[in-house]
Amino acid sequence: MTNPLLSVRDLRVEFATRRGPLVALDGVSLDIAAGEILGIVGESGAGKSLTGLAIIGLLDPPGHIAGGEIRLDGRRIDNLPAAEMRKLRGRRIGMIFQDPLTSLNPLLRIGDHLVETILAHSALTPKQARERAIALLSEVGIPAPEKRIDGYPHEFSGGMRQRVVIALALCGEPALVIADEPTTALDVSVQAQIIAVLKKLTRVHGAAVMLITHDMGVIAETADRVAVMYAGRIVEIGKVSEVVRAPLHPYARGLMAAIPTLEGRVARLAQIPGAMPRLSAIPRGCAFSPRCPEAFDRCRVERPPLLTVGDRSAACWLYDRGHAPAMTTEIVS
Amino acid sequence: MSKPAVEPSTIESAPRSFIGRLADNDLVASFLSSKITVAAGLITLILLLAAVFAPLIAPTNPFNPATNFLIDSLTPPRFAAGGDPRFLLGTDDQGRDMWSAILYGLRVSLLIGIFSVLFGGAIGITLGLIAGYTGGWIDAIIMRIADVQLTFPAILIALLLDGVAQALLKNSNREGTAFGVLVVSIGLSFWVQYARTVRGSTMVEKNRDYVQAARLVGLSPARILVRHILPNVMGPVLVIATINLALAIITEATLSFLGVGLPPTQPSLGTLIRIGQNFLFSGEWWIVTFPSLTLAILVLAVNLLGDWLRDALNPRLK
Amino acid sequence: MIAFIIRRLLASLGVLIAVGLIAFVMFRYVGDPVNQMVGIETPAAEREALRQQLGLNEPVIVQASRFLLNAARFDFGISYQFRQPVSVMIGARLPATLELAIVASILSLLAGVPLGVYSALRRDSALAKLFQALSLVGISLPTFLTGILLIYLFSVTLGWLPSFGRGAVVPIGSWWTTGLLTMSGLKSLIMPAITLALFQMTLIMRLVRAEMLEVLRADYIRFARARGLSERAVHFHHALKNTLVPVMTVVGLQLGSIVAFSIITETVFAWPGMGQLFLQSIQNVDIPIMAAYLLFIAFLFVIINLVVDLLYVIVDPRLRAAVHGASG
Repeated sequence: MTNPLLSVRDLRVEFATRRGPLVALDGVSLDIAAGEILGIVGESGAGKSLTGLAIIGLLDPPGHIAGGEIRLDGRRIDNLPAAEMRKLRGRRIGMIFQDPLTSLNPLLRIGDHLVETILAHSALTPKQARERAIALLSEVGIPAPEKRIDGYPHEFSGGMRQRVVIALALCGEPALVIADEPTTALDVSVQAQIIAVLKKLTRVHGAAVMLITHDMGVIAETADRVAVMYAGRIVEIGKVSEVVRAPLHPYARGLMAAIPTLEGRVARLAQIPGAMPRLSAIPRGCAFSPRCPEAFDRCRVERPPLLTVGDRSAACWLYDRGHAPAMTTEIVS
Repeated sequence: MSKPAVEPSTIESAPRSFIGRLADNDLVASFLSSKITVAAGLITLILLLAAVFAPLIAPTNPFNPATNFLIDSLTPPRFAAGGDPRFLLGTDDQGRDMWSAILYGLRVSLLIGIFSVLFGGAIGITLGLIAGYTGGWIDAIIMRIADVQLTFPAILIALLLDGVAQALLKNSNREGTAFGVLVVSIGLSFWVQYARTVRGSTMVEKNRDYVQAARLVGLSPARILVRHILPNVMGPVLVIATINLALAIITEATLSFLGVGLPPTQPSLGTLIRIGQNFLFSGEWWIVTFPSLTLAILVLAVNLLGDWLRDALNPRLK
Repeated sequence: MIAFIIRRLLASLGVLIAVGLIAFVMFRYVGDPVNQMVGIETPAAEREALRQQLGLNEPVIVQASRFLLNAARFDFGISYQFRQPVSVMIGARLPATLELAIVASILSLLAGVPLGVYSALRRDSALAKLFQALSLVGISLPTFLTGILLIYLFSVTLGWLPSFGRGAVVPIGSWWTTGLLTMSGLKSLIMPAITLALFQMTLIMRLVRAEMLEVLRADYIRFARARGLSERAVHFHHALKNTLVPVMTVVGLQLGSIVAFSIITETVFAWPGMGQLFLQSIQNVDIPIMAAYLLFIAFLFVIINLVVDLLYVIVDPRLRAAVHGASG
């Protein structure tokens, strides 16, 4: 990738606690090109959301960026003063959160939310802003927007609310939208619609998307590339088609086996025994080694970096050139 | 303080029980990490010891008429002009040594505070456990009463109960009953908070696996409540009890100040302040100042402890 | 909306009747009303006549309903101690208490809310920490000590303000008297009002702070930040409004309890209000006054609750919808 829109290098996020710092993200590196959709997948607690919050600069204390850098259009943004960073939010980077029920202020009208946000990012008059708000609502597929704009959040269904949230995130025409589990809190029946709206609108507005989810199925349908996270690290990153068809990392293989089939959902990660370690108890070598069916001595001692394998990268000693046990390309599902 | 090795974090782990945290020395560590809390703890301890050993520390028994002489009355403190070396903090209009009176008053204030917290706590916890565990109309009635009582300030409830009790006991001697009446009045005005908290926790706990298991094994409800549910609600109850101790001491002092609490013959800090207030304008400032200071410091120290305990036991604030 | 108000009114009436029955039980069974009203040497026949006159021989149900009906007409009988109608005595002292309580309420709100908001928004600043520490002192200082301290400072030492009484009062209409229109009345009001307001102010401040910190953690605040809204808009347009909704209930009840707390303040400053009257009635076991005061406080809380409920409906669209749904 020549000139990525967003470039994250060796990002490290720590939580200051009474008992010393707790490393929540370690050595996270990824790029997103303009207009691209990058999926971030992993179990809850893997650090997906923290990655998104770190990029938009909304980590809650005591969480903070402790190392690495984040660049947007080549400009470093991880060390910007608060006021500078605020100017980027909404205008260059937008974010959509998991729960549309709690993302909107229950005491304000939908229109108040939209107009306020539009005015914050443009020189429009309130009247023009309202017209633009109605246009946006109609764009995200809300029927009778000129009437619904005066409604309160509780008068909208979950799916409609998430459409409003998408409209809000797009008010400032951001180049990058971070969507943190945008469909998890919704009924299965409306999940596909919301993903479709998100995909269509970001295409129309030319925004890149960082799509955070634990649902490999959503990634497979939506994203161009995918990063698999485990215990605060990226274990594999590459084109969706390749990662889904032939995952390299043993953890990713287990994850892919859990993609829901037409017959119904497979219990998530049933294939991998054990659970993700706590942040405070991450093993010395590869974080996945205690659960890994293919772990060998080196995995337990030395931490694997992201190794380039063809077009993609995997953090696994199986792919170290020095040590090459038969490349396992067989597909699990 | 050296930093111990990184321990299970609160970010990932479920909140542990109060007992579990005590065992982990978690509370001890958080206690020692705040200088103000340590100071508050020390002051509380000193005041407690002073109250317990008042008869040994106090130079005179201020309520023994044989040792009080009117000729000594209204003597300023030892360090002030006209002070008498025998009276560290001066004397009141009866010639009583203020230092001794304060020690004994502290004893009375703390006793009433602690007993009314125990009394109110026992009632509140019992009703809360019953309401939470049984549910249905028993729960409805208990919580309804709690709601109505909660709309009235505790001090008003205590005043009323105190007034009614005194009316009912009018013929018996006030000195014998005042203590008990105060404990019951103050205790009854504080039970609601315990009941609400315990009820909430009980309703959560009773559906947990371990309670279901205990039920299946055939343990009686009373046994399940006391052995299995109660220990799990002790954390919040302890916080309420600490804050209520401060409130109970204030309430007792207020009632005694208003003249419906303890009689001047067995004064608490509040009674001493009531007496001292009469000398505010005539220049005998020490009679009101020292009991007031003692009361304020005592309540502040207990409140600080309560504040710390609440924060330390709140997993969200860590 | 109307159905909602009616439902609320009925619930309030229930509370009032419950408190009224407690008052009746106090009146009827705490001591014998007749013994209280007559002297020791009164002959038995006279006592019996009075007993008949008061209806004390009728069935309890009849007595209780009559007590409640009389109470509803503000007739609480005759004070044992003063031999005057209780309603007249309370009416004469109502203005003093209400003026004190209202001024104290305004003071505690005007100071408490901004202090709480400031301490939440700048929670790590030295000033916020100072406020938080001082508020703990404020909560730990019993009301009567605050009063004594003020008297010592401003009356005894500096001689600036009067330490007791209400100063000169001016009648307004046939039964209201105000101290707000005379210099001495205003001067007399300063210390009692501050004493009464201080405790409530610290409570309100701590409550607003805690509630606002809670709201600032909410998802919609994070989303508002993620949209690039200014801190000002996030804090004052989004957070403050949502903070004040739950605070309203507690503040309402706090303001109600100011009237009850004025018992202490009135005693310290010899303020001729209802609290003083109530305290005297407790000391003298003057049950009719105690019963009337209890009902008055209950009435006050019911009114405040009603107002708070209505305010909720006005401020919170979710409730508004629920209310409309229920009534229409």
